[in-house]
Amino acid sequence: MTTVERPDYKIIGTSPIRPDGAEKVTGAARYAADFKPAGLLYGAILRSPHAHARVIKIDTSEAAKMPGVMAVATHTDLPAAADKVEAIGESAVNLKELSSNILAHDKVLYHGHAVAAVAARSHFEAEAAARAIKVEYELLPPVLDVRDAMREDAPLLDENRHTKVMGGQTSDKPSNIASHNRFEDGDVEKALAESDHVVDREYRTRMVHQGYIEPHSSTAMWNSDDTIQIYTSTQGAFGVRSLTSQVLAVPLSSIRVTPLEIGGGFGGKTVIYLDPVAAVLSRKTGKPVKISMNRTDVFEATGPTSGSYIHIKLGIKDGKIHAVDATMAYEAGAFPGSPVGAGAMTMLSPYDVPNFRLNAYDVVVNKPKVAAYRAPGAPAAAFAIEQAIDEACKALKLDVLNFRDSNSSREGVKMVNGVAHPRIGAEETVQAALASDHWKSPIEGPNRGRGVASGFWFNAGMQSSVIAGVNPDGTVNLIEGSTDIGGTRASLAMQLAETLQIPFEDVRPVVADTDSIPHNDVTGGSRVTFATGLATYEAGMNIRKQMAERAAKLWNCSEDDVDYIDGELHCKKDSTKTLTFKEMAAQQARTGGPITGSASLVARGAGGAFATHIVDVEVDPETGKVEILRYTAVQDVGTAIHRAYVEGQIQGGVVQGIGWALNEEYFYDEEGHLRNSSFLDYRMPTTLDVPYIETIVVEVPNPGHPYGVRGVGEVPIVPPLAAIANAIEDATGHRFTELPISPRRVVEELNQLS
Amino acid sequence: MRRTHVSTRLNGDNVDFLCEPRQSLLEVLRDNLGLTGSKEGCNNGNCGACSVILNGRVVNSCCVLAVETEGAEVTTIEGIAEGDRLHPLQQVFLEEAALQCGICTPGFIVASKALLDKEPHPDEARVRHWLANNLCRCTGYDKIVRAVLKASDQMEAKV
Repeated sequence: MTTVERPDYKIIGTSPIRPDGAEKVTGAARYAADFKPAGLLYGAILRSPHAHARVIKIDTSEAAKMPGVMAVATHTDLPAAADKVEAIGESAVNLKELSSNILAHDKVLYHGHAVAAVAARSHFEAEAAARAIKVEYELLPPVLDVRDAMREDAPLLDENRHTKVMGGQTSDKPSNIASHNRFEDGDVEKALAESDHVVDREYRTRMVHQGYIEPHSSTAMWNSDDTIQIYTSTQGAFGVRSLTSQVLAVPLSSIRVTPLEIGGGFGGKTVIYLDPVAAVLSRKTGKPVKISMNRTDVFEATGPTSGSYIHIKLGIKDGKIHAVDATMAYEAGAFPGSPVGAGAMTMLSPYDVPNFRLNAYDVVVNKPKVAAYRAPGAPAAAFAIEQAIDEACKALKLDVLNFRDSNSSREGVKMVNGVAHPRIGAEETVQAALASDHWKSPIEGPNRGRGVASGFWFNAGMQSSVIAGVNPDGTVNLIEGSTDIGGTRASLAMQLAETLQIPFEDVRPVVADTDSIPHNDVTGGSRVTFATGLATYEAGMNIRKQMAERAAKLWNCSEDDVDYIDGELHCKKDSTKTLTFKEMAAQQARTGGPITGSASLVARGAGGAFATHIVDVEVDPETGKVEILRYTAVQDVGTAIHRAYVEGQIQGGVVQGIGWALNEEYFYDEEGHLRNSSFLDYRMPTTLDVPYIETIVVEVPNPGHPYGVRGVGEVPIVPPLAAIANAIEDATGHRFTELPISPRRVVEELNQLS
Repeated sequence: MRRTHVSTRLNGDNVDFLCEPRQSLLEVLRDNLGLTGSKEGCNNGNCGACSVILNGRVVNSCCVLAVETEGAEVTTIEGIAEGDRLHPLQQVFLEEAALQCGICTPGFIVASKALLDKEPHPDEARVRHWLANNLCRCTGYDKIVRAVLKASDQMEAKV
């Protein structure tokens, strides 16, 4: 489905084989844990067995004497970090808190919090020595639930933390509520009072993990000249460099970060855990040190996304959303920084809502510090509002999709942060869902139901740089700094090939280290194909301009008289004068030297993404199992660059959402121990749990990009939680307002009804 | 720790190695033999990223001790292609965009090859059942299942 006449693209919209593909299907691709320099030592980390305790004493003397042990490190080996906030893409970190998260200072704040580290000749020896470190703790009561943490009498994670409120003020009393923000417009009380129908509900979600299959791994070499080389798995090599530089108090230019292939991240690899520790151990030993997490470490001590509590009052008047009053509280984990703000700012974006008041609370609890996870904050918000809308539609006997169509946001409608939407594809997406085969097909049979939900994600722009060098044979090397997490070498090379009008296979992309390319922000925010794509386009146009200048000189004509058509230079005034891209490339040395196009920019004009999903389920009332019978995801992608990878992003996001809706949760006991830190007990979807995921790709080009690109990666995880809950309600007549809707919960709640 | 001498056939070659009795096959493949195509995702048999074929059966190499491979026939992802010619599964995974980050891909290809070696014409349900031991977090499995079915069709057409 295309909504404007599509330019006659040659490469955009096709699905070529990715340039890094062969290495990844043969096992040759090198991921972080595969890197093994000569003389390598292995690091291990001792982690807190307690959720909340004061660290009284760390005794490493026995461990240091164990066989094979070369060095031991604690927080005293890290310089005192500044108490200031650093932006890393979609989120921000306080450096002092980051340092305390990397190696605990005076307190441990969650089960799994890193306390000390060892480097030894083998990983067996390192792990044995880490176990031999003696730590004396003074246990403190843990606070695990977001609402408990907000109570005035709750145990405090930090006695010096006061609630920041809008306008820069802070609360008088210390609190676990790190911040309270409010978004408000219109008169909510009056609007609710005059509504035809009001839904008043509370919704809860649990912490869930991104679940990337590759555990974190980092190898660091601290050289005798105080330069540091880091080989790691990250979504942003420049972020690793910047954060490590601040944690270790060394200049940026002394650190070189080489991003190896990354085995999934979904936002979770935008922060650092291991890199400074490996660096410190390397400094102490004079040898390269590698630290790799195991799966338990990943669950216990890396950033999942928040558990949440959301209370919504939704008022409908004359078939329109008239008012929303919401209280939203998200768990930040051990340190502030939950995505509650993004949750609040995305929640109402698919709609035109005249009266709203959203109170958003960022709350610390004794669980790991959250990190970004695919459209951070938005899925839990959509779980709440999209169910409330469903409930209201059913009460008022309104069609759930037609309701979304008639309430849809569009260009010019303001989001809750006051920013008006540019050209967006919200209406087109809902209308494509209405026209879909899935929506038109009946759903029949006992215990079966259908649900729909919509979702929004901003998509990010931020900073990107690329360098494109033309080779004498007419091939082009594209040097970029955006780590390739799922096919962006392909989507960028395709944009360069389209811009230069040369074959895709003639562009060879490479992801460079931080010494070899200027700054690039993280691969996150669905930004790379958009923002680094924009830089790639500009680099390509720059090459075209240089080629035109040189052709003009060769032809003794004005540059304005040179056309660039289908990868060929033409003289407007003399049709016999033409040069192909390859011919011009071959003449570089004689016409002024290497032709290099580069661009460094802040990408403005990111286009928001909208999605509407339809799902059919069957609920087994005896076992509580929910079967996904059919799933259709409709999404405005702007322009699909690599069509198959666009579909793949949508399908992957949907299945993560299915896992979140039906099975996934961090399960803590009362003492704050994480009890399901394995893939056996943290149950992610397998091939058997899902059907084929149907995709309907809507293309409303983003006016902020020459090819109309919008980010596609994040919004697919926003609607599934609510769509599935709505389908289960349709099947059972019971509304599940707490995730996950696991077999146990289904059986328990249905039994309570009968 | 005293090391044990093991003789095995690995990807068609006779291979001898020394290992500690406590070392898993995965660890020996990666650390002792430099074959890092088999990946560690969980180290306890739940993710399938380390799948290898051991005497005709798919196993999680993290759950096999290396000393158990004495006299055995082992195939890893590095042994799937024939020289510089990709196996049809590898080619189809590329054509169908059946990988995103690629960390689980070796395990899926090894497991799928073991299936097609035994059962050349599986249907969708069979493929889903067979691959339920392998976790992928990027793709939602759609394009992986389609790729395996397409490879099966292609291999049948060639026979």
